[in-house]
Amino acid sequence: MSGAAPRGMAAIVRDAGLAALIALGVGAPLLGLRTEPVGRGLTLIPRPGLLLSVVAAVFVGRILVGLFMAQRALRRRVISPAPRAMLAPPGFRSWLGRAAGPAMLAFALLLPFMPGIGRYEIDLGTLVLTYVMLGWGLNIVVGLAGLLDLGYVAFYAVGAYSYALLAKHLEIGFWAALPLTGLCSAVWGIILGFPVLRLRGDYLAIVTLAFGEIIRIVLLNWVGLTGGPNGMSGIPRPSFFGLPFSMAGGEGTFAGFFGLEPSPLHRIIFLYYLILALALVTNFVTIRLRRHPIGRAWEALREDEVASRALGLSVVAVKLTAFATGALFGGFAGAFFATRQGFISPESFTFIESALILAIVVLGGMGSQIGVATAAVVMIGGFELFRDLEQFRMLVFGLAMVAIMVWRPRGLVSSREPSVALGARKMVGAEHVAEGRG
Amino acid sequence: MSAPDPILVVENLTMRFGGLVAIDALSFEAERGDITAIIGPNGAGKTTVFNCLTGFYRPTGGSIVIRHADGTTYPLHRLVQHRIAKHARVARTFQNIRLFGGMTVLENLMVAQHNRLMGEGGRTPFALMGFGPFQKREAAAVERARAWLDRVGLTPRADDPAAALPYGAQRRLEIARAMCMEPVILCLDEPAAGLNPRESEELNDLLRSIKAEGTSILLIEHDMSVVMRISDRVVVLDYGQKIADGPPDAVRDDPKVIAAYLGVEEEEALAVDAALHQE
Repeated sequence: MSGAAPRGMAAIVRDAGLAALIALGVGAPLLGLRTEPVGRGLTLIPRPGLLLSVVAAVFVGRILVGLFMAQRALRRRVISPAPRAMLAPPGFRSWLGRAAGPAMLAFALLLPFMPGIGRYEIDLGTLVLTYVMLGWGLNIVVGLAGLLDLGYVAFYAVGAYSYALLAKHLEIGFWAALPLTGLCSAVWGIILGFPVLRLRGDYLAIVTLAFGEIIRIVLLNWVGLTGGPNGMSGIPRPSFFGLPFSMAGGEGTFAGFFGLEPSPLHRIIFLYYLILALALVTNFVTIRLRRHPIGRAWEALREDEVASRALGLSVVAVKLTAFATGALFGGFAGAFFATRQGFISPESFTFIESALILAIVVLGGMGSQIGVATAAVVMIGGFELFRDLEQFRMLVFGLAMVAIMVWRPRGLVSSREPSVALGARKMVGAEHVAEGRG
Repeated sequence: MSAPDPILVVENLTMRFGGLVAIDALSFEAERGDITAIIGPNGAGKTTVFNCLTGFYRPTGGSIVIRHADGTTYPLHRLVQHRIAKHARVARTFQNIRLFGGMTVLENLMVAQHNRLMGEGGRTPFALMGFGPFQKREAAAVERARAWLDRVGLTPRADDPAAALPYGAQRRLEIARAMCMEPVILCLDEPAAGLNPRESEELNDLLRSIKAEGTSILLIEHDMSVVMRISDRVVVLDYGQKIADGPPDAVRDDPKVIAAYLGVEEEEALAVDAALHQE
């Protein structure tokens, strides 16, 4: 270490000097001189103090960066055979991994009753949970089966519109309509699945993207059925297992039945718990399926399609079940969206939604349930957090995304938990896990 | 000698890629319970035969038939690919190892038992949610996997990712994975490639024990020490055609085979052979 340091230090100082020189060159005309209107003309006012402080800041900053990089390179070299996880105490990491899920669940369950939580916070929680659910649904297709789907919003839309149509025209209640909307979306998942069975990677992504757009454009133009750009309004609100939420109170309403003071908050809280329950069902089913031969077949397909075929897996069945299962949960989320909003239009189902859901999955770490949930909180919560920044919101948000992807290129939780183990389950490092090409 | 009882009958198998004839009217048989080796120079069409056999290619012409011990026959040239593994029970390994790298060693062996698990009540809603009698089947599958891990010496690595195994262990795992399908015929594409002499010897023992338990083996191999010592019969290919077929000793001395491997013209080889005999 001591042998390498002096030469390294000289190089760092030289590098910093060069950076300072460039800063001086660039800064001298831009910062060092200021134009000031004097009389009818302009005068140049020199600002040597500002210029010097900027140059000094660049010099010192560059030295710090250089030292940091040298330190890191050194550390890498010394402990290169050891995994990078060694840098954090392993006990703490596994403790964090085990505790994060229950802690998040407890927080989600108690949120509406925490002090200082009002209507806005619960609404935000509902929105976040909707994206958690969508992320978990897409995670089946992208994270587990490795099929890059850029049109996931199509299933969200099918779910929303099928609920709206069932509820308005056939007057089917929310709870009866829910399985039907899921079924409807799953069927569309299979319809999409068939033509893309032979496609892989980029080609698959393009076709699924087109599929998402087709669904949206059909919704936009089939005015007779969907109301076209005007959307569908007056979608029935959900009831508490038959008890409507009404401000009037009285017999047969939620507030009346439980002897509560009627409050608009009841429905908000009910919707919150409804999406929480739906998201937890998604999570439960995914966890179970991962340990079932079907889930293992999805992951095997992501790891190596050729080997899967040689082992007698029907690629058709494996891909279609992945698309259908992912679509099913997208459909549920869509039905929830429709009943929550009471109004839907094709505006809500644009490509940017697909991109957002995919970003949540990628940011969270493909295949990781807890990672996807965290990413949904970070993304949707982040949007809200940066609201004060107005036009810089997307800029800051984009920078934050880039930073996270540089720091954790395979997502927040990149390691994979084995579905079965002889001894203790050991996490599989991201370097071994395939991203899937199909 | 008992009456011939072929497990695999290949007749007039032809595979063309555009104008290129990779396999030209190839016919051979593999006896039940034998280790049959397919050898030949690079580009002779050996792996293409395997790909036709396991459904990766649909042959341009000819037939490939598997005969199970109970007399059932499966025309592989017409079967949908996943049925070849599922019903005809043909398993294979790959020249460049193809494991599920991000899955653990044990999970690799569980994927191989997919069809059996799905067939044994894996499709009921209870099974999908991980409840009910399905769990016993799953436990039996884990036991079967563990038995194979014991045989190939990978039990201590069962919970490690397959990609983290050393090369020789990956080769063994790929064979164990294929055997977890309980195939009637195991097709090995250069299983000894990249193995050191000791590992190569262990491989021979493993293949002999698999054969002793009644699974027929079809083997593509360049390592002659493996081919000559364990195979019962050798089929030699060159430019997509069969140039020799017989027991290892006979094939080794066949002038056509020597010519194909040394890259001399056939007439020349015969001339050399004749000259040698005259002396």
